[in-house]
Amino acid sequence: MSNYEFLEKKAKTLRKYIVEMITEAGSGHPGGSLSAADIVSVLYFKEMRLDPQQPKWPDRDRFVLSKGHAAPVLYAALAEKGFFPVEQLKTLRKLNSPLQGHPDVKHVPGVEMSTGSLGQGLSAANGMALAGKLDKASWRVHVLLGDGEIQEGQIWEAAMAAAHYKLDNLVAFLDHNGLQIDGAVSNIMSVEPVADKWRAFGWHVIEIDGHNYQQIIAALDEAKGVKGKPTMIIAETVKGKGVSFMENEVGWHGNAPKPEELDQALSELE
Amino acid sequence: MTEKIATREAYGKAIVELGNNNKDVVVLDADLSKSTKTALFAKEFPERFFDMGIAEQNMIGTAAGLSLGGKIPFASSFAIFATGRAFEQVRNSVCYPNLNVKIAATHAGVTVGEDGGSHQSIEDIAIMRVLPNMTVIVPADAVEAAQAVHAAAQLKGPCYIRLGRSKVPVIHNDQYQFEIGKAHIARKGEDVTIIACGLMVAEALKAAEGLAQEGIEAMVINAATVKPLDEETILESVKQTGAVVTAEEHSIIGGLGSAVTELLAEHYPVPVKRVGVTDKFGESGSPEELLQHFGLTAEGITAAAKEVIKRKK
Ligand SMILES: Cc1ncc(C[n+]2csc(CCOP(=O)(O)OP(=O)(O)O)c2C)c(N)n1
Ligand SMILES: [Mg+2]
Repeated sequence: MSNYEFLEKKAKTLRKYIVEMITEAGSGHPGGSLSAADIVSVLYFKEMRLDPQQPKWPDRDRFVLSKGHAAPVLYAALAEKGFFPVEQLKTLRKLNSPLQGHPDVKHVPGVEMSTGSLGQGLSAANGMALAGKLDKASWRVHVLLGDGEIQEGQIWEAAMAAAHYKLDNLVAFLDHNGLQIDGAVSNIMSVEPVADKWRAFGWHVIEIDGHNYQQIIAALDEAKGVKGKPTMIIAETVKGKGVSFMENEVGWHGNAPKPEELDQALSELE
Repeated sequence: MTEKIATREAYGKAIVELGNNNKDVVVLDADLSKSTKTALFAKEFPERFFDMGIAEQNMIGTAAGLSLGGKIPFASSFAIFATGRAFEQVRNSVCYPNLNVKIAATHAGVTVGEDGGSHQSIEDIAIMRVLPNMTVIVPADAVEAAQAVHAAAQLKGPCYIRLGRSKVPVIHNDQYQFEIGKAHIARKGEDVTIIACGLMVAEALKAAEGLAQEGIEAMVINAATVKPLDEETILESVKQTGAVVTAEEHSIIGGLGSAVTELLAEHYPVPVKRVGVTDKFGESGSPEELLQHFGLTAEGITAAAKEVIKRKK
């Protein structure tokens, strides 16, 4: 199996887990979980150095899911990687489950930061990257932002700080799926021209297709060669990617599939 | 069976009525208009609706500016973001200059449910109440919520209206008249005073019914205006009963329980028990499960009432 086929298979598995666990929970956010599944698959099954047996291994690479509502994609990746049993995914959003509606660092091995309030994850990632620099560590920090999320002012405070402190051990992904809750990002509060904004803030910017493994991997490799700047990978994605009736549908931001919708979704993810 | 309606539904409808009556009413939201129900206003009055995107601090600051321009802005988001994320904008851009900004926040308390502790605001009453010039209203049902929205529009100055996501029983009829700063005696009794707000008023009434079966008569006070607190009504009741239970879908630190105990400690100390979330964060679960989990139930109030009665000298 080629590297790409392997990653594609992993991403399909993540997508399956995502729709299954959200259906079981009866609530949750499929759209933004599915749009990020390929990026998360590359990070967890190719890029990052991790040891599921030692979730707090000091030299591990870090991932912060700043758009915390996409918790299902993170939980799916952590379970598939072996941080906790896949069976546990069924407990998503239920009372007493470690798998809270939004990721909580207190409860889940492999989760690096509690998120859910949008706009706060990049600052935390900056802090981790600064700590890594202080320790002259080789581990790297990755963070995933939503395109609606970057409307938060704190994102731009953090963008400034990451460039100011030359955090070349930090890579941000923008899940540029074009949708938020109330509608298209361009209609609600435009963030364009988004690549120019990040460049103006002092970042190295790479624009890719966020569902193309070759491009995701190449961008991460390029980022490793960048010195003195953080890297922003703007990933063009499709919200709901992989489930035809969810693709580009704003209504699937935060809705759980019904059992018959799950059946159709799973048949498409075979 | 009593009808159940979410207070956010009542807000969505009331804000449209206001929009019809007064062209200076404007509404802001932060990418949650379908959930907060301001989408209804957006549909009727698109030119007076501003979706600010996911940027709550900017939303509150912009509302301040709109009020300086003579408008009556209602700014909405989930309670956690409207009061938490934008706290200092609420303090310094709304309350300090004493501007006519209304913050109508939905999804307060643990009945947010499955989204979990990150989204369950159990501290908003505390941080809004502490601000000078701020009026704080926590409606018990849809009838009171609708009236509170109209009353807030009449009021000059900052006002926080706390609304919920889940459907709650309608406990008031058309005769009910809400007035800012007036507590409502929902039930008379001499043995203990239960002071509640929000969805805990219905639980308090249920508890009082059960207590009556055991020969205990509880007075139930709906303190919908947490600030300014109706000190007169509360003190008058407490002087009769000599024991108090407070009940709120909020932390027991800083909210209605604190407001009442502050009043009683200075003016008329009696045994008090606060029913609320006991210095914990919320978590994922269904709204009903969470109310049980945190003891925000008629049973919780009943137990507290018996305890304070026992502590009476
Ligand atoms: C501070 C804050 N405000 C509002 C919300 C509610 N909310 C959850 S998801 C979302 C839309 C996110 O859109 P985007 O960042 O584009 O995410 P994606 O499309 O990837 O799902 C909003 C407004 C929140 N979680 N945090
Ligand atoms: Mg988006």
